[in-house]
Amino acid sequence: MAQTFTHEFNHAGFKGKVEVPLGLFIDGKWTTSVDKGAKTIDSVNPSTGEVICSIHEGLGADVDVAVKAARKAFDTTWGTNCPGFERGKYLIRIAELIERDVDILASLEAMDNGKAFAIAKGFDVPQSAAVFRYYGGWADKIHGKTIETSSLKFAYTAHEPVGVAGQIIPWNFPLYMFSWKIGPALAAGCTVVIKPSELTPLTALYMTKLIKEAGVPDGVINVVTGYGNTVGSTIAAHPEVDKVAFTGSTAVGRKVLEEASKSNLKKVTLELGGKGANIIFEDADLEEAVKYAAQGFLFNHGQTCCAGTRLFVHQNIYDKFAARFKEITSKTKVGDPFDANVYQGPQVSQTQYDRIMNHIECGKQEGAKVITGGVRHGKQGYFIEPTIFGDVTANMKIVKEEIFGPVIVISKFEDEDKVIAEANQSEYGLSAGLFTKDITRAHRVAQQLKAGTIWVNCFNELHPQVPFGGYKSSGLGRELGEYALENYTEVKAVHVNMGMKCGFPV
Amino acid sequence: MSHYASVSTPKAGSLKVPTGIFINNEWSPSSSGETFSTVNPATNKPLLDISHATKDDVDRAVKAARKAFETTWANNVTAAERGRLLFKLADLMERDTDKLAAVESLNTGKGVRMARTVDLADSIACLRYYAGLADKLHGTTIDNYAKEKFIYTIQQPIGYLSPLRADGSIPWNYPIQMWAWKIAPALAAGCCVVMKPSELTPLTALMLSDLVAEAGFPPGVFNTVPGLGATTGDAIARHDDIDKVAFTGSVLTGRKISIAAAESNLKKVTLELGGKSPIVIFDSADVEEAADWAACAIWFNSGQDCCAGSRVYVQQGAYEGFVKALKARAEATAIGQPEDEKTSFGPLISQLQRDKVLRYIDSGKAEGATVVTGGRKWAPGGEGFWIEPTILTDIKQDMTVIREEIFGPVVCVSTFDDETEGVAMANNTTYGLAAAVFTNDTRQATRVSRALNAGTVWINEYMLVDNGAPFGGFKQSGIGRELGVNGMETYMQVKAVHQNLTQTSPWPL
Repeated sequence: MAQTFTHEFNHAGFKGKVEVPLGLFIDGKWTTSVDKGAKTIDSVNPSTGEVICSIHEGLGADVDVAVKAARKAFDTTWGTNCPGFERGKYLIRIAELIERDVDILASLEAMDNGKAFAIAKGFDVPQSAAVFRYYGGWADKIHGKTIETSSLKFAYTAHEPVGVAGQIIPWNFPLYMFSWKIGPALAAGCTVVIKPSELTPLTALYMTKLIKEAGVPDGVINVVTGYGNTVGSTIAAHPEVDKVAFTGSTAVGRKVLEEASKSNLKKVTLELGGKGANIIFEDADLEEAVKYAAQGFLFNHGQTCCAGTRLFVHQNIYDKFAARFKEITSKTKVGDPFDANVYQGPQVSQTQYDRIMNHIECGKQEGAKVITGGVRHGKQGYFIEPTIFGDVTANMKIVKEEIFGPVIVISKFEDEDKVIAEANQSEYGLSAGLFTKDITRAHRVAQQLKAGTIWVNCFNELHPQVPFGGYKSSGLGRELGEYALENYTEVKAVHVNMGMKCGFPV
Repeated sequence: MSHYASVSTPKAGSLKVPTGIFINNEWSPSSSGETFSTVNPATNKPLLDISHATKDDVDRAVKAARKAFETTWANNVTAAERGRLLFKLADLMERDTDKLAAVESLNTGKGVRMARTVDLADSIACLRYYAGLADKLHGTTIDNYAKEKFIYTIQQPIGYLSPLRADGSIPWNYPIQMWAWKIAPALAAGCCVVMKPSELTPLTALMLSDLVAEAGFPPGVFNTVPGLGATTGDAIARHDDIDKVAFTGSVLTGRKISIAAAESNLKKVTLELGGKSPIVIFDSADVEEAADWAACAIWFNSGQDCCAGSRVYVQQGAYEGFVKALKARAEATAIGQPEDEKTSFGPLISQLQRDKVLRYIDSGKAEGATVVTGGRKWAPGGEGFWIEPTILTDIKQDMTVIREEIFGPVVCVSTFDDETEGVAMANNTTYGLAAAVFTNDTRQATRVSRALNAGTVWINEYMLVDNGAPFGGFKQSGIGRELGVNGMETYMQVKAVHQNLTQTSPWPL
């Protein structure tokens, strides 16, 4: 019998009781694992290190059950059995329910992930609703083409739903990533088996209530909580899953692609890591560039795949920029997510904290200079001071590897072509930013940077309508926008003979 | 002064209906104080008097629309926000379905069940379709010059526009639905609107104006100017500060609008005009099924449909069986009072229309056609404007009844020998709005549907449109398309932007 977690929130932003189902959500019902060996998984509050609650663990066998339910729904109540505009209505209803429960979702997200409640309420939750609403509008507009070949033939394409989609999402934007995955999949007519991160399952579990309330048919969305190497791996390797979408580290992304290739060659999309370059040219609006540069690596405590973590500043403005940048960065309010003045909460877990501190130590050892930060914030919890490293060289670990924390490296440049080459000198290619008032330079540089998103005079800008994804090892495929629909559709070409005769034998 | 009056509906009781002019989300009387009257077509009794918008009122509305376009609408608001407001409006229409259906039924004579389950339901779905499309019409980036130049297109809303309603013929036939077809894509695109509903059926358009304000659209984005075609309509078509006019109505009036647009500021024009749509039925077709659809084609909404299937061509082998089957459908039609839940066939919209249709029937008889069934006023209709479902046969293709749009429940059935002849007869018209083919031969279905000159071709069905499928006419049935993505593109104009990166211009050349 699946448990429920009841919590009384009592903070400035929200006072109220919340109930979160802790079970696996399969075929419209909350349940525990079919595997007797399944245990529970503690969900920890990263601000305090305390256990919030224990969710039910799912295992590979539960993925089997979920996939069967998803397949059944696809064949009977979803897919082409449900017209696009009906599918759209469900997605829009989900968006409305998210908006109704904004305070609940934002509170859960802040407690479970550590991000500031104000930011969860101002960004994560409303943007998640916006993504659901956006894809709700696409559901009845997924067109194929009719294609002229000859007058003896009628040829057309149909964009059909791929089938059952397996989705694995990360802990950095739990609800927001949930919307990025479910939105386009359902709009296209696919059914879904989704594994939230075991570090941050609460908002996904709360969403199962809203999904039920929205009236989504049983089996269309199935949520299986558990670990990557059990649930995640089973999804990636499952012979009855037609497509897998993964967001997470490049290392795990490789494994997902391997499993998919070894099993049924299911379609794969990957949103992986990044080491975003941010180039500040001499004519940049200095104050704006400083602020965007700070936001670029501190947003979400640096736990953002598209963070701008390699800063290149033109030598003529370097000193002025660096001074102001240090000032702004060190003013960042770090602390309790439920404090309305806090911008940066804790990192999500002990493991992440350790990794980041490790990188920081490594930076110091390799000879980089700590301009600010470089230490823990406070005495307990996973809080890290915003950290700027200077005097870095291209082969340092802190320059090459994704740190996924509030750590940035800053260097000077003189020559445009050289800095573009340095910016492109990365195995990653997810995002980049550039600051200049020269519009010709802006377009010229944007063209040459090898990244899936280029921000000109801004950073970390995302919209449901605009695609997002990586060059090189940052990923395969695009999410958001119309482009995401391609991940969940198969193109079928139909050739109708209108008068040809078959000359056989020739 | 109150801008509301009450109407008494048979099932929904007494309902308040605005009677004024709607500008900047507020009601006002006509600047001349004039009004025009409306009639209940089931009883021929008067309904309400409505303010008659003058040229000055139209000017005021256009100014309000222009101001909103430049300050609170178009690119001053995100596309997603435009979509959100349309979703809200759809929700409000859903909330008020019973009231709106009752008044629509009262004003047009259509069965209240039809108003609820077809007109309102489809209109709400149309609004939701465009709400979802608002942020999805993309321009393109065109990469021909790479390092030298950055070329892209953007889709921008056309200034603001005025969808126009007609002057006593169409489209008082689907007031709410035609309202939705026009305003949803226009508002989604970012246009501001000055709307003239038909003077025969303005009541629901006026009620809907209140919902637009309630949904939260900024003042001036949507304005309603009730009035007659020759006065209010002409003021709109001729206005120098309106960027586009969209008209649904007769060919005659469509021409006038087009001329007025050309004579004034060459505003963009889209027209949804009449039709004389053919249904071609082959020997291989299921005759009973074809008869079901053909009945719907000509007797849905009492035949008052621009895409009514008013000419049927039946291949020799199936002819006798088909005529018998269609006659049975005519006799089984659910004719009745609009407020009766069983009714799906009500009176025609006006005395004028009713008399016109009777004259067509007489002309058919005079030219030698046979009346298989119907042909008269529906006796139990009393003072109302009902005409019986009517089938004419023994048609010669040059008769008036087969060349001209009757806009009533009168179908002409002819016969043909082979596919070539059938298609030729079907295409022998100045219209081209819709057509249908009934056959169980798959190659023939594709071949014939390709050969029929019409904007919508149905295969083995009729009348069912979809918000996602474009609708509009070939030839004199119109210019442009409504519904689907095309429906919104028509309210946008493409701007190509050429951004120089490294090109230089030597002078002298």
